[in-house]
Amino acid sequence: MSRRQLYSLFPYLARYRGRIGLGLLILLCNITASVSIPYILKLVFDHLQKGMSARRLWFYAGAFLGIILARAGFQYLQRLILITTSRYIEYDIRNDLLDRLVLLSRSWFQRMRTGEIMARATNDLSAVRNMLGPGLMYSANALVLFVFVLAIMLRLDRQLTLIAFVPAPFVILAVQWFGKRIHERFERIQSMFAVLATKVEENLAGLRIIRAYAREETEMAAFDDLNREYIRRNLRLVLLSGAFDPLLASLLGLAMVLVLWFGGRAVIRHQITLGDYVAFNAYMMLMSWPMIAMGWVINLVQRGSASWIRLREIMTQAPEIADGPGTDHRLTRVTGTLEFRHLNFRFPEDSSEAPWRLCDLSLQVPAGTSLAIVGPTGAGKSTLAALVPRLYEAAPGSVRLDGRPLAEFPLAILRQSIGLVPQETFLFSDSLRNNIAFGRPDASEAEIRAAAEVAGLASDLERFPAGLETRIGERGLTLSGGQKQRVAIARAVLRQPRILILDDALSSVDTITEEHILERLREIMRGRTTLFISHRISTIRHADNIVVLDHGRIIEAGDHSSLISRGGHYAGLYEKQLLEEELQTV
Amino acid sequence: MSNAQDDEIVGKAYDGRLMRRLLGYVRPYRWQVALATAAAVLHSGMAVVGPYFNQILIDRYLAPRQGAQAHNFLDRYLPHKPNPGIEVIALLYIAALMLGFLFDFAQTYIMQWVGQHSMFDLRRDLFGHLQRLQIAFFDQNPIGRMVTRVTNDVQALNDMIASALVAFFDDSFVLIFIVVILFHYDWRLALLTLCALPLITFAAFYFRRAVRDSYRRMRAALARINAFLQEHISGMAVVQVFNRENLAREQFREINRAHRGAWIDAVIAHAIYYPVVDILSNLAVAGILLFGGTWVLHGRLTPGILVAFIMYAQRFFRPIQDLSEKYNLMQSAMASSERIFKLLDTPVTLATPPQPAPISNSPGRIEFDHVWFAYKGEDWVLQDVSFSIEPGSTVAVVGHTGAGKTTLISLLLRFYDVQRGAIRLGGVDIRHLDLQQLRRRFGVVLQDPYLFSGAVAHNIRLGEAEISDEAILHASRSVNLHEFIEELPQGYDTVLRERGNELSTGQKQLVNFARALAPNPPYLILDEATSSVDTDTELRIRAALNHLVKDRTSIIIAHRLSTIQRADQILVMHKGRLREQGAHQELLRLHGIYWRLYRLQYKDQELPPEAAPASLLTT
Repeated sequence: MSRRQLYSLFPYLARYRGRIGLGLLILLCNITASVSIPYILKLVFDHLQKGMSARRLWFYAGAFLGIILARAGFQYLQRLILITTSRYIEYDIRNDLLDRLVLLSRSWFQRMRTGEIMARATNDLSAVRNMLGPGLMYSANALVLFVFVLAIMLRLDRQLTLIAFVPAPFVILAVQWFGKRIHERFERIQSMFAVLATKVEENLAGLRIIRAYAREETEMAAFDDLNREYIRRNLRLVLLSGAFDPLLASLLGLAMVLVLWFGGRAVIRHQITLGDYVAFNAYMMLMSWPMIAMGWVINLVQRGSASWIRLREIMTQAPEIADGPGTDHRLTRVTGTLEFRHLNFRFPEDSSEAPWRLCDLSLQVPAGTSLAIVGPTGAGKSTLAALVPRLYEAAPGSVRLDGRPLAEFPLAILRQSIGLVPQETFLFSDSLRNNIAFGRPDASEAEIRAAAEVAGLASDLERFPAGLETRIGERGLTLSGGQKQRVAIARAVLRQPRILILDDALSSVDTITEEHILERLREIMRGRTTLFISHRISTIRHADNIVVLDHGRIIEAGDHSSLISRGGHYAGLYEKQLLEEELQTV
Repeated sequence: MSNAQDDEIVGKAYDGRLMRRLLGYVRPYRWQVALATAAAVLHSGMAVVGPYFNQILIDRYLAPRQGAQAHNFLDRYLPHKPNPGIEVIALLYIAALMLGFLFDFAQTYIMQWVGQHSMFDLRRDLFGHLQRLQIAFFDQNPIGRMVTRVTNDVQALNDMIASALVAFFDDSFVLIFIVVILFHYDWRLALLTLCALPLITFAAFYFRRAVRDSYRRMRAALARINAFLQEHISGMAVVQVFNRENLAREQFREINRAHRGAWIDAVIAHAIYYPVVDILSNLAVAGILLFGGTWVLHGRLTPGILVAFIMYAQRFFRPIQDLSEKYNLMQSAMASSERIFKLLDTPVTLATPPQPAPISNSPGRIEFDHVWFAYKGEDWVLQDVSFSIEPGSTVAVVGHTGAGKTTLISLLLRFYDVQRGAIRLGGVDIRHLDLQQLRRRFGVVLQDPYLFSGAVAHNIRLGEAEISDEAILHASRSVNLHEFIEELPQGYDTVLRERGNELSTGQKQLVNFARALAPNPPYLILDEATSSVDTDTELRIRAALNHLVKDRTSIIIAHRLSTIQRADQILVMHKGRLREQGAHQELLRLHGIYWRLYRLQYKDQELPPEAAPASLLTT
């Protein structure tokens, strides 16, 4: 575990140094109160031996109560201040994590799976917080208490103190030794649990195969094996954890036996008083929790540091696509002339021998015109579209906007001028209004309604329970595929983009609605650049220019009528779609 | 039938009816439970001896008083001289510690053993029930939820048994023992100590109630954080393209703040609760100190007993706190068991009849006799479909998406029962046959080639021990899969990950073919995959098909022209009805639906023969 990595936590702690300082101060008061309680017992029993007045006894009982009350107050404040601080730090770290995530590129998110990022943002973060909250508090607590108690006990009787503390190192060692192994065995259970869950998931996903082959019995036998392994691992953990608690109890009990044995003899020798003996017992009771806590804290710190290292991996990840030295910050406007110049592209995760996803592709889209891209699945259409808002990075200069390399535009300006309707519609579980106004939260009611109207959502809105305020997605209304696509169109249109990209954006919309939407789009996109990607001829036939893409290359280009008369791939596609429509009417 | 609200059941912490059913799972292990209980009693006895020994030590040797009567039976056996007496007590104490260790371990281990084994049984019952439930059930219940039943819900029960139940026994006995000893010493002081008990119990349960709300808000806030992250991680490209980075930050800060707020409320509740309990239990100690001290001064109580009282008072209240801490655990366990039993109670509506008709070994005729079928209500997916398939012939089913082709197969395999009409195999209604025997007569390849994680050989054999290695080898050779497998690092033993995604789509299809062929079934059902594969694999698949249909009655939902052309009969499905029926050329001459489908879907599929490796075409 690298210590350097842990230093990077200091800025987070430093922000709360006042609170932490105050908390530690109160901790000191708390412990002072705690260690004076056994001392009162000592005084009581010493005087009980000698005989004392009732007033004196009342005084001791009152003092005892007063200290208890004061200690309760300190405990309250200590917990309040120190544990709360750890929650503040957790809050800060989690915010910083998101701040980093929004800067990272699409390929990074494809490399790291969502589950992995989630695990770091949740489990690892709580491990770090446990290290900083309870970890910090209990270790400070244990340390201070240990010093105070040791000082007092040594004053009472040095020899007996040394004897009483013989089991202490063993307690700490045992906690640490068991803690580590218990954690390991626990992890083994967790991984078996994951296997078990995967088995059930796989079984249910492949249900029809299993039924069709009548393999229910073999599946049950296989499940039994995993199930059995799972409880075996659980019982292996119990073997340790079941021994751990009794072992601790016995070690602490041993300390009490030592006090009883040697303390008893010391009382008889008049080396110590009965009050000292009682106090010794009370101090040992007081010490038992900190001794356990020490071992436990060590484990907390070990887990927390490992988690912090994993978190730092994300938080120090440099954004792959961002403004750089080549960015010209004077550029604040986009006209909309797009050009692809001998573009060769493959994904960062592709091997260097893999074929190009887009190969020597050259294409011009003058500002204000529309371009349609057709072609079979996997031809590279969506990849081409993703290069324009720089979701992926092409070789410098191979994608140009208004005659300049794309990277010269500040990223925010570039993206602001683009309205993208992605192939896989992604909406957020929020109100319809917020989804449409996603790219322009300041949009007026009228603008939002106009965008919805263009996207053919007007009549749907009337049918939704709460109109624009209807919540969609998880715990809300489930939209049909077509409705989702139309919301995504409204979202893009509302931005009044210089460049609109429709990536197969009407595939789930019926042809009549499609016609209506396209008509309105043509109207509002006049003078702006539009990229259509589609399988449907009906979507693209009116485009100024049409290219057919196959295996990353342009194989045909022209407008609708010229491509039809050419009788190539495009013409074939057209003929099929006519047939399809015919078949639907049979 | 289970539904989405199931996951939100927040039950009581104790429900008698559910508890009885749960105890049914513990019943087979009742002797072990008895043993564990005995160990718990013994351990509790050993756990409370410390203060008792201290009392004897003090009263007999450290501060002996005249006239004080012997309280303890041990007194009679202890030596008179102090030092040997102390040694005897210390040794007895050590012995008690060791015994306590053993009993405690035995108790925990046996209880956990019982818990694990009953959860094993419960998990097995659940999984077995899922293997029997009809397919229709799974159409309405997402897989994820069923996985949760078998895993997390059982786990919640397991947690309850492991920590709550085990602690409950132990804590209760400790409490009882302490009360007995205290009353044995002095009933007035004992009553005084007990005074704090109701207060602490009240505080503990009041506190649980108070934090329950902040825990609920905390869970809700955490769920929101997770949902937000999940959504924004998956949709990050949309966030970035729409320049929402800063707004996303702000939103996240807001829900993050709500999460922090809920936690801080819980922290405050804890910060109040622990000191309050501390005050209450020490209040008893202060009382003991005052009254007990006075009595000691008056000679009515020995100092040893006073020490013992103080020591016991500090131990006394721990079990109550333990119990209150387990409250949430109990609650979620009860909610889980409610969901589990609801699933177990879902009836199996499609099963083998009580007296199944014998199934003949020789291949028979397949008949669809005026079959009507709807997945839901009167939403007919198949309407009045009748046809028959002669033994040994190959039938191709064609039609547009949603025409009802796949449903034909599901019905023949009896995944669902027909609403009207009947399906007969060799003249017997399939509803009268043994379900498993019926299905075993068919080799089935579904449209999406499904692979399980595990070895390639396992994927072909699917756990059927009767399929020999030779049969696997033979099957994979005849479907041109063998060469692929030989290239894998461990051949047939190569372990595939989930869904077998390290294989290409075409290879997966071939594995599915081999799987269908390996048991050498008399009937073959094949739903051809629509996804395109490379030319070489396409040719392998075509050649493999020749082997699959040879000497078998085959029904193929066809997407390949080559398959259709080879068929003895083509069934043309359109909008749930059987519209045309006959051989390829016959149907083309009709100029009907088939003719249109042909031009739409199959016409371009002709591969130029010179593209094919000669070796494959000869098969």
